Amino acid sequence: MKEIWYRFSKNKLAMTGLLFISCFVLIALGAGWIAPFDPYALGTEMLGKPSIHHWLGTDQLGRDILSRIIYGARISLRVGVIAVGVALLIGATMGILAGYFGKWVDAIISRITDVLFSIPDILLALSIMAILGASTTNLMIAIGIVYTPIFARIARSAVLSIKSSLYIEAARSIGVGHIRIMLKHVLPNIMAPLIVQITLSFAFAILAEAALSFLGLGAEPDTPSWGTMLNEGKDWMESAWWIAVFPGLAITIAVLSFNILGDGLRDALDPKSNKH
Amino acid sequence: MLSYIVRRILVSIPVLFGISIVTFFMIRLVPGDTVTALLGTRYSEEQAIQLKAYYGLDKPLYIQYLIWIGNVLRGDLGRSSFSGDSVMQSIIERLPVTLELTLISVLIASLVGIPLGIWAAYRHNRLPDYMATFVGLLGISIPGFWLGTIFILLFALKLGWAPSSGYISFWENPLQNLHHMWMPGIALGAAVSAVVMRMTRSTMLEVLSEDYMKMARAKGMSPLRLLTRHALKNAMIPIITVLGIQIGYLIGGSVVIEQIFSLPGIGRLALQAITNRDYALMQGTILFVGFCFVVINLIVDILYSILNPKIRY
Repeated sequence: MKEIWYRFSKNKLAMTGLLFISCFVLIALGAGWIAPFDPYALGTEMLGKPSIHHWLGTDQLGRDILSRIIYGARISLRVGVIAVGVALLIGATMGILAGYFGKWVDAIISRITDVLFSIPDILLALSIMAILGASTTNLMIAIGIVYTPIFARIARSAVLSIKSSLYIEAARSIGVGHIRIMLKHVLPNIMAPLIVQITLSFAFAILAEAALSFLGLGAEPDTPSWGTMLNEGKDWMESAWWIAVFPGLAITIAVLSFNILGDGLRDALDPKSNKH
Repeated sequence: MLSYIVRRILVSIPVLFGISIVTFFMIRLVPGDTVTALLGTRYSEEQAIQLKAYYGLDKPLYIQYLIWIGNVLRGDLGRSSFSGDSVMQSIIERLPVTLELTLISVLIASLVGIPLGIWAAYRHNRLPDYMATFVGLLGISIPGFWLGTIFILLFALKLGWAPSSGYISFWENPLQNLHHMWMPGIALGAAVSAVVMRMTRSTMLEVLSEDYMKMARAKGMSPLRLLTRHALKNAMIPIITVLGIQIGYLIGGSVVIEQIFSLPGIGRLALQAITNRDYALMQGTILFVGFCFVVINLIVDILYSILNPKIRY
């Protein structure tokens, strides 16, 4: 663990990513204290330019954009945590079962993941949203389902690589049950690739939430979600560029930080990949 | 080779079957009955009876599936509940736009991503490498729809270099067509360029450290010849695979990009189907896109085996 942290902390770019993510989480959690205005409060100054009073300007209803972006971090974080949680829970379970039991269990699970992989993620998420109806909760479920197969594949291949290890054989030979082996011996040893994927999926989840909300099939219209803000802002591009530009910048910085962290974690957890 | 191709095709069949099951059951999951799902809320009794007979809705589920898949195999994907048009016809009409958009994006991705990746690998751990790595990370992080919006603001509204929306067929006026398509193409291709760049960089690094590369260098081969003749040829397989996988992403990404630039492609059609709750159209487009994805993967895998004869099942 110490060695991993040492390797990670030497990667300046990854550390910057971690710093940004920490800020992102703190902003999301402390939105109520940090935001200068109520994100829903309608103001008198509509389409106001960035100024000392409203740092990032105001939107077509006079709402403060900075405050809405700060609250938007909260929505992105929540969607990320729950969607990735759903994907990890279902996906890793499927992958472990497929890799551990092999044979028909593997065949069925692998075909399910193949099918889900064949439908582009945005289209699959949109269809699930069309069936479930647009709301932030359904959005989290939809994104979670979309990213389930990637966790299943990663967990499966990780299990396959350790399945015939001595410690697993030993546990099996002394009569340890399948579930106990999977939880106590398999899971801890496949965590490295899963952790990297969790970080990268967080980036995907933020992007997917923004894309779906942008298309009007994500968060409810009034919600200060980054995607919804961008969607509203695009109609005012000519007269008030700041409404769409700043939320987009927030998405890019958040996604970039998670991607950088993911890359850094991969290098730290798998020193072999670091040789390049 | 032929037996590999046949086997590879056979492996695709269960996946296609799976996609058909998912799309079939998708509309059965919609709250309310299937007739309302397929016809919307305003329909006559006669239409309902006709539809029930057509899809065999009073029969058991597996018979319904067989009837539906039978129609699909004959190229009949049903009719849009919104416009009444044939779903297959609508897809065929919209296909060229999405195909062109995808092609432009793949072209941009290859022309930008591959050279940049080679350059980064060749100048490993130097400024060009760091810059390319960061640009690559930035490329996969910028939302395509935001990039598209910025492009419209900058190039269409401020500079007037391209129209902000609309489409003219390539066969009607090739120049006008490209004038309309370059912006959406770049907006969609940016992320793919970044992915291709990252993949090219890492595989080239691996190839460049091989013994035969050292040998070639020792023999005094010029860097250009070394990179293009020896290294790139061996690095092409993962790059092609990534490009193949990205085509699926591009079809998904086209949903958003076509919407922003008002391009009448499949992505926009799917989005219209989804927002109008036009389930027959939704089912048809998803089935079609899934089918295309499987076929593209199949082609990539076959290409793969031609490039590297060592790869076999």
